[in-house]
Amino acid sequence: MEKSYTPVKEDFTLLDRQDLYTDKNFASQSYWKGVAIHFFKNRRAVIGLVIVLLIILFAAIGPSLNEFGYRDIVQYRNENNKRVVAKGIAPQIPALHKLFTGEEPEGNFSSYTFLFGTDDLGRDLWTRTWYGARVSLLIAFVTIIIDMIIGMSYGLISGYFGGMTDNIMQRVVEVANSVPRLVIVSVLAIFMPKGIWLVIIALLLTEWIGMSKIARAEMLKTKEQEYVLASRTLGARNGHIIFREILPNTIGPIITQVMFSIPTAIFTEAFLSFVGVGIALPMCSVGTLIEDGFNNITTLPYQILPPIIVLALLMLGFNFIGDGLREALAPKLEDM
Amino acid sequence: MIKYTLKRIGMALLTLLIITFLLFVLVRIMPGNPFPSERMSADQIQNKRAEMGLDDPILTQFIRYMGNVLHGDFGKGTSLYYGAPISTVLSTAISNSFRIGGIAVLLGSLVGLLLGITAALNRGKFLDGFCTVFSILGVCVPSYVFLIFLQYTFSFKIPFFPYFFDANRFLFSSVIPSVSLSLFTMSTIARFTRNEMVDVFDSDYVKLAESKGMYGRNLVMKHVLRNALIPIVTVLAPLIVDLLTGALVVEKIYGINGIGKLMVDAIAGEGIDYNYVLALGILYSALYIGIMLVVDLLYGVLDPRIRVSAKGKEA
Repeated sequence: MEKSYTPVKEDFTLLDRQDLYTDKNFASQSYWKGVAIHFFKNRRAVIGLVIVLLIILFAAIGPSLNEFGYRDIVQYRNENNKRVVAKGIAPQIPALHKLFTGEEPEGNFSSYTFLFGTDDLGRDLWTRTWYGARVSLLIAFVTIIIDMIIGMSYGLISGYFGGMTDNIMQRVVEVANSVPRLVIVSVLAIFMPKGIWLVIIALLLTEWIGMSKIARAEMLKTKEQEYVLASRTLGARNGHIIFREILPNTIGPIITQVMFSIPTAIFTEAFLSFVGVGIALPMCSVGTLIEDGFNNITTLPYQILPPIIVLALLMLGFNFIGDGLREALAPKLEDM
Repeated sequence: MIKYTLKRIGMALLTLLIITFLLFVLVRIMPGNPFPSERMSADQIQNKRAEMGLDDPILTQFIRYMGNVLHGDFGKGTSLYYGAPISTVLSTAISNSFRIGGIAVLLGSLVGLLLGITAALNRGKFLDGFCTVFSILGVCVPSYVFLIFLQYTFSFKIPFFPYFFDANRFLFSSVIPSVSLSLFTMSTIARFTRNEMVDVFDSDYVKLAESKGMYGRNLVMKHVLRNALIPIVTVLAPLIVDLLTGALVVEKIYGINGIGKLMVDAIAGEGIDYNYVLALGILYSALYIGIMLVVDLLYGVLDPRIRVSAKGKEA
């Protein structure tokens, strides 16, 4: 009978890093990686993302792609030293004209490229459209992110403490939620001067409510879980538990809500600017551009199209992203 | 159920009262002078203020105002329609707005429902795709843009419909605004109906009904549509509220004397005074809260499970 073998130290060697075997077939993936994979598998979500990114890109660089500023009136002085203004020129691309007809185009401003035409004052609409998109997007992003912070904190705190705190905080939400946005705007409009701040404050006052509701519901779902109890047992303070432990686990639905709130914000801004209390001239936003286009619709009907298309595409893009995120965050079994 | 209903109604009334009070206080502490002061001496202004009760404590003023409102008296406008009681102006406006809004809701929900059902029955075919594109379009484009296009095409290029609203030809001239207002409702309802019906079609009880030998119209009407309808009713409320917002610009553009146009004038500060802002604020809040209340109660009537759980909570 053989003697049983006792292992000695020399029997073992250290493995190199590349020799380590990881299970690639059933690899576990992080939560956010899974969300990203689901999101990018969704064709509509990707289309939405591409549309929004393209519009953001154009809003960022579009106005500087040609030589006209958003408030510049395109004009020159002719030989008699008279001012000639490029008023109401339909979209034109001289290079294409030459390509198809083989002739140089004739007439004033025929050598200028106006992709979207010019407005009734002679300002280039390409520049103004993208500048307006920039203003609208900036307003929407800034207000919605502030709203997210307010609403999220409100909802999380209300849900976490529960009891009397929750009761009082929810009554406030109930009243705030019952005031139509229009009423808030109309009261604000007699308090404040018209302009960009009116739009921002009106949005700040209304959009946080939806977020706080979602944050509270998420909080109620997660606060009984073991990791919260563990954290509390280890002596964590309430602030730490709410914002460091629970917040990261509830952020998904809140971001989805943000994606749905941004189009609402853009819509509201467009509506207010259209009514005439939003962005003041000579600045422009999608809303004021639509209003300008509407005022000139019988004479310059092409003028209204670019801002409307940009607005519709933004709505479409953000809605698709929101839908995609919602599905990616809570995938149904059949989609896996 | 009765206790639940009463409680919900009580809550709604209380909320409305709080909002009215807040609005009232806000409007009263507003800077500015209700009288054109350069033509009146300080004494005259003081007399006028006393006469209108503006020097009383704000709570007294509020109670007096509420008493008047409950009698249907919103006071008088001080600048626009000078001297005309606000309630007279409002009641004309309400009847105009409600008729057009009513047509829009009816049109939107009926056509939307039909479109959704056809899309669900032809899942994956051309009609389904059309419904999807249509519903996306309706959600992405504001109703006033539709109005501008319809007005431009059918009143300006092809002068068939009137370019502006004409109260003497009510039905004829409300075609364009109603259609443009209904598109948002229509597309949302269509998309929602389609998705709900597809879900119900896949459910076990429909499969059971099919295996019993039910098919066609009977199956769709008795089993699928009935169960798909419940959630559809709940989206109708926010849609009607959205309709109120959309009607604003639509009424303004098409020249309809409705509450939306008054509201736009109030927001844009065009010859509208604080009394109007107050009256419109109360009216809009009441509408909003009322619609929410109706839907809440309707939800309970339609779905017994909710009724039971609400009762459970009460007990």
